[in-house]
Amino acid sequence: MSAVLRLEKITKRFGSLVANDGVSLSLARGEVLALLGENGAGKTTLMNILFGHYVADEGHVEVEGKALPPGAPHAAIAAGIGMVHQHFTLADNLTVLDNVVLGTESLWRPWQGRAAARSRLTSMSSEFGLTLDPDALVGDLSVGERQRVEILKALYRDARILIMDEPTAVLTPQEAESLFDTLRKLVERGLSIIFISHKLNEILAISDRVMVLRRGKIVHEMPTESADRHILAEAMVGRAVTRPKADPMEPGRPVLSMKDISLRPSAGGVALVNVNLEVRAHEVVGIAGVSGNGQVQLAELISGLSRPDSGTLTLFGETLEQPSPAKVVGLGVGRIPEDRHAEGVIGEMSIWENMISEDLRARPISNRGLIDHGAARARTEDQIARFDVRCPGPNAETRLLSGGNMQKLILARALSREPGLVLANQPARGLDEGAIAYVHGQLLAARERGAGVLLITEDLEELLALSDRVAVIYHGRLSASLDAKTVTPRELGLMMAGHDPNEDTSGTQGSENGGAAA
Amino acid sequence: MRLELREAPPIWLAGLAPVLAVGAALLLCAGLIVWTGESVLEAYALLVKGAVGSRFALAETLTRATPLILTGLAAAVAFRAKLWNIGGEGQLYMGALAATWLGTGALDLPPLLLIPVLLIAGALAGGSVLIVPALIKNKLKVDEVVTTLLLNFIILLFVNYLLEGPLKDPMSLGWPQAAPIVDEGLLPKILEKSRLHLGLIIALLAALAIWLVMRFTVWGFEIKAVGLNARGAAFAGINVNATIIRTALISGGLAGIAGVGEVIGLKGYLTLDLSPGFGYTGIAVAMLAQLHPIGVVVSAFFLAGIYVGADSMGRAVNIPTYLADVLVASSVLCVLVSVMLVRFRIRRG
Repeated sequence: MSAVLRLEKITKRFGSLVANDGVSLSLARGEVLALLGENGAGKTTLMNILFGHYVADEGHVEVEGKALPPGAPHAAIAAGIGMVHQHFTLADNLTVLDNVVLGTESLWRPWQGRAAARSRLTSMSSEFGLTLDPDALVGDLSVGERQRVEILKALYRDARILIMDEPTAVLTPQEAESLFDTLRKLVERGLSIIFISHKLNEILAISDRVMVLRRGKIVHEMPTESADRHILAEAMVGRAVTRPKADPMEPGRPVLSMKDISLRPSAGGVALVNVNLEVRAHEVVGIAGVSGNGQVQLAELISGLSRPDSGTLTLFGETLEQPSPAKVVGLGVGRIPEDRHAEGVIGEMSIWENMISEDLRARPISNRGLIDHGAARARTEDQIARFDVRCPGPNAETRLLSGGNMQKLILARALSREPGLVLANQPARGLDEGAIAYVHGQLLAARERGAGVLLITEDLEELLALSDRVAVIYHGRLSASLDAKTVTPRELGLMMAGHDPNEDTSGTQGSENGGAAA
Repeated sequence: MRLELREAPPIWLAGLAPVLAVGAALLLCAGLIVWTGESVLEAYALLVKGAVGSRFALAETLTRATPLILTGLAAAVAFRAKLWNIGGEGQLYMGALAATWLGTGALDLPPLLLIPVLLIAGALAGGSVLIVPALIKNKLKVDEVVTTLLLNFIILLFVNYLLEGPLKDPMSLGWPQAAPIVDEGLLPKILEKSRLHLGLIIALLAALAIWLVMRFTVWGFEIKAVGLNARGAAFAGINVNATIIRTALISGGLAGIAGVGEVIGLKGYLTLDLSPGFGYTGIAVAMLAQLHPIGVVVSAFFLAGIYVGADSMGRAVNIPTYLADVLVASSVLCVLVSVMLVRFRIRRG
């Protein structure tokens, strides 16, 4: 089989860190190669070298037998490499057609070949089953549709090799299944795909061959037929990791209750409409939903960052009249924010400063407005040890921590005061398998201790593993809660797409195997 | 070419960078001196001699540095919170106005009381001017760069009106100047036969105080946190709006004290040429110091030396004193570039 793409002994160093260490890879025509690895394993670096964003220190890239000049993204595109990023690179205020042709037209040509572009786009979208209205504004599209625009963008540039970076992170199970259908069609037509993911089920479902990257090296390579979850998980982490499971517990008194809460939409956000929710002690309540359906607003309310327009929010029996983050924390809410870098920490401040940032005005951290550096340092060192934060020391800049260690810092800050309610918003997002197991263990330990946990996540596997009850948020409305033991991923997927699972679902795109993300 | 974030910039590099940057600025300006036909070495030697070459020169440099330390601190504190206070000049004049209002006979107090009262009044006047743009920024998200900058012109025209009208000294022979500060309100000189006054000590104490506040207090922590990541600070429970207001009071207050110092320490009465742009130069001082309070003292001395030295050089050789402005501007630019080079490394490809 002739290789369309070869990476030959790629090595890339950043200072003392070896991001890629002699990585060789070849991709056959019509093949789906899954690249599996934890965060920091070197997947992204490798793809950036392939795409010309970085120059490898050693090794080279060949496309169809011809060497690709290093450090030239234009050459990579011209050679037929297309990349679909995890975070879309689309202009919301332009139409689908505009987004697709953007950058392909010469700036010096006074007219645009719009009619030709349009007919090419329509024929491409019907050929690959990527139905889209060329004149729709990208801002009005769903996440799944935006991803189709990204794929069409790559195809429009005659991509023969498609790199998909964590493509299902933002999709519902049904959308993921429809993406897989598309990918299968592309492969039938001779395209080759590199599929980057850390979701094992997806890799098993879509790929022909798996390569596992760990600490910059290929540690495992096998045809997908002979792989299974355990082999892959162990190869990825380097040791056997099992995520903790929740033991059944009897729920206690309510710690959070939201009654008929409504919130007007803020700029670019959705409204919350009549949200009712109760979380009790010794209980994990999971909120499922496709991102952008009101999770942010819900989390902001409970974090004390916003105030409902109507309805009541009660924490530990006390109705919140004037919420503020400081008040909510004082009442006993431990908060794990969705975006570690933007909200969770102040990256350019030190670890100790971030460790105390929620207790600035309380003894023993400060006294009469003066910060007690000794007390702050002692607490930080204690928590670094207790929560196993791997870092050079309390004075290190927080932005230099890995995702998992940054999350441990946030967990330490939120959980060490033994909160009665834990708000965990996407707590495992972007973490590797070992760190996920740690975060899940900490959340379950909090539940064991008597805290109620509100878990907001887009990952159904995580949701169902941890939750006692689950509810689905869609367009700012929260469903009644369901028993996590009896609900199926398929039902949740339908609810996440706005359907009532009890209605006739024959008109919707269901998947036979119950959703690939689960 | 691409920029790559350095994991941990080495300390020696961070310390050496501003020195090298200033060296680069001197080299750039050497080109201009060559253009005038004068000898570069002679010009720079005259500049250094004019800045620090004699007791008189040194005293003049320190006198010039006094308001620059304060306006530099004003900019540094505000910029730490990402409150872009460009209104130091106006706040300085408000401080000077307050000192004039209370110090020309309205209060009859001994010096030990009157001087602190004038300083505090000036600080309050300067601070309250900056409160307004800060409130508008908090409530309406109006860019404070625009509001603080424009307030400068409003305040200057207001002072102009007062000096031509209500505050005009009848004994001034028609010059637009206010009545002199009473003797009890004047700052003592700290060096004989020079213009150097107690304001320098006040400015140095202010720098020390700001350094302590930034390093050891909750307020300082909050200012840094809000500046570095306002969303993260708000999430952690820091009241961002209150921090901005507090920062505005401190920053405007410092600029106000600079104005008081010039009136009661140097000139003795308020005129419209009280400040040759100390409020704006303070921004350059703060940038050159990378917003560090102690660094502000060093960079204020440096810039004051350039201005004073360039004046004296301009009298000796045929080089326009505007060279000082060019030198200051290119120093700031070079330092900004050097700061970037400390944080990032340039890589090919």
